[in-house]
Amino acid sequence: MKKNTLGQQYNDGEIIIRQGEEGHCLFVIQEGRVGVFHQKDDKEIKVAELGQADFFGEMGLFEKDVRSCTVRSIGEAKVMTIDKKNFYKTIQQDPSLAYRLLEKMSKRLRDTNKLLK
Amino acid sequence: MKGNDLNNLVLEDGANIAVVGGGPSGSFFTYFALDFADRYGLDVNIDIFEAKDFTCSGPAGCNHCGGIISESLIQTLSTEGIILPSNVIRRGIESYTMHVEQGTTVIKTPLKEQRIASVFRGFGPRGSVSEIYDSFDNFLLNLCIEKGANKISDRVNEVSRQPDGILVKTKSSFEKKYDLVVSAVGLNKQTYDLFRNVCSSFVPPRTTKTFIGEIYLDGARIDKYFGNSMHVFLLNLPHIKFGALIPKGQYVTLVLLGSDINKKVVSGFLASRQVRDCFPQGTDIENQMACQCYPSINVQGAKSTFDDRVIIIGDTSSSKLYKNGIGAAYITAKAAAKTAIFNGISGREFKKYYQPVCNKLDMDNGVGKFIFLATGIIQKSVALKRGMLSMVISEQKKAAHQRRMSSVLWDTFTGSASYKDIFARFIHPKLILNFLRHTVEKLFTNKPKNTI
Ligand SMILES: Cc1cc2nc3c(=O)[nH]c(=O)nc-3n(C[C@H](O)[C@H](O)[C@H](O)COP(=O)(O)OP(=O)(O)OC[C@H]3O[C@@H](n4cnc5c(N)ncnc54)[C@H](O)[C@@H]3O)c2cc1C
Repeated sequence: MKKNTLGQQYNDGEIIIRQGEEGHCLFVIQEGRVGVFHQKDDKEIKVAELGQADFFGEMGLFEKDVRSCTVRSIGEAKVMTIDKKNFYKTIQQDPSLAYRLLEKMSKRLRDTNKLLK
Repeated sequence: MKGNDLNNLVLEDGANIAVVGGGPSGSFFTYFALDFADRYGLDVNIDIFEAKDFTCSGPAGCNHCGGIISESLIQTLSTEGIILPSNVIRRGIESYTMHVEQGTTVIKTPLKEQRIASVFRGFGPRGSVSEIYDSFDNFLLNLCIEKGANKISDRVNEVSRQPDGILVKTKSSFEKKYDLVVSAVGLNKQTYDLFRNVCSSFVPPRTTKTFIGEIYLDGARIDKYFGNSMHVFLLNLPHIKFGALIPKGQYVTLVLLGSDINKKVVSGFLASRQVRDCFPQGTDIENQMACQCYPSINVQGAKSTFDDRVIIIGDTSSSKLYKNGIGAAYITAKAAAKTAIFNGISGREFKKYYQPVCNKLDMDNGVGKFIFLATGIIQKSVALKRGMLSMVISEQKKAAHQRRMSSVLWDTFTGSASYKDIFARFIHPKLILNFLRHTVEKLFTNKPKNTI
């Protein structure tokens, strides 16, 4: 494991979260890149590619549903888990922590709308 | 900049803010004030004054600290989009090795992740050279500059109140009037005394002396003897509440917290078998120290840390007792930035929105004092230490949620949870009963040398 990075290390192609599985954590990429894939009828579509400081898995924080996409490492990546309890405790004390999350989610919605057009 | 109907002072487009001190609290204030202002549609200018050069090795560029960035702060900063780059992290910490006279055990991070960073606040100990590494404080300052702050490398030596602002003067004769002045000067008495001029009721924090030493050991040996583990010592030695060895690139940082720490106390600690055993045989630890200092630490929060157009943050205000001071600096700095941008800059607004945040930290430290009292009792009792060690060792084989004592110790060492939260878990009947059981069991077993 690299000494001077944080998070958990994933090797090329390794699955970080799997579509259809339950999940309650948010993930923030510390180093490297990951691919977000959606599977439908045996076909896999790449929805996005994310890099350092980007997050994924946020739906698991707000909904009690299964993961909507699979996220795989592209090359080596290091990813930090933000546990749900810690997240809610901190956001309860400082709601402004959600600004960036809302901003990114709003951007993702805009991107999806563009795709649908 | 104007007063509104209720005589509240608020920042308006074009307002000028001076942040005195570019340590963590000054940088966090600047970063969030610029971020909030941008979201809010407010145009403010921030000058951030810093007397030190964080690109210099040794004391000239150092803000004397153990350099542990706590698990909770790392998670919070990650959520904020602030990722510590690998050239700032000297090592990702994934476990704590706890040493007592009765033995040693490793407490692993609840998840299999490196979630704590060890950094150098400055460029590194005296004489260190590196083309790759950067200082933590420099990294934060550069984030502020990227956001639009103007860094002034100068020492502020006068602050005075004018009818419509605060005048700031520096050593090299720069002077400018500001709408708001933020004091983020740490525990430098000379400088925080300057602010009594503009913040008349300010009562400084209470402090005590600590010790930091940077022990040179080449990287390969640090890998072999320390790995990615921070070593903590709960030894029954006078004056020492807590000792830690923190592995970094080519140095191991020694931190001693307690009361009235002096050269004799440090030598006593270094001479203990538990400490010597951590190093390669024959290491002359005292001679390997490239740098050492006895900095002060905040042990009781300041009072009246605001006035119209003036706010005092970070270590000069309220901190977290003995742990995670940078995390506390983040909390007070962000609360001050939120108040200044969204509510106003009068003493009344700071009292309403900023003071409660400091009060909460101070109240939690009250619980912290009790926890350190309990730890002190355990530290002095052979039976209790054997019980604690035995309990932690047996817990490491169990699932994470069953490791009650380990999680309490983990959070006490890392400063990741509030003291209130740690205390609630500490007095859980299951933990207490188990602790008693292990203590009693150990009273009736043989104790081979060097083990529990
Ligand atoms: C022994 C010890 C170990 C510690 N270990 C840890 C740890 O491992 N993790 C942790 O989170 N916290 C730790 N802390 C606490 C941490 O160091 C402080 O809480 C933190 O540095 C507070 O940040 P600050 O910005 O308020 O003050 P500081 O870091 O002190 O920064 C103040 C800045 O203001 C500048 N300044 C001062 N006067 C002037 C002036 N007149 N003009 C211009 N600039 C000026 C200084 O140069 C400095 O850069 C430790 C403290 C001690 C004493």
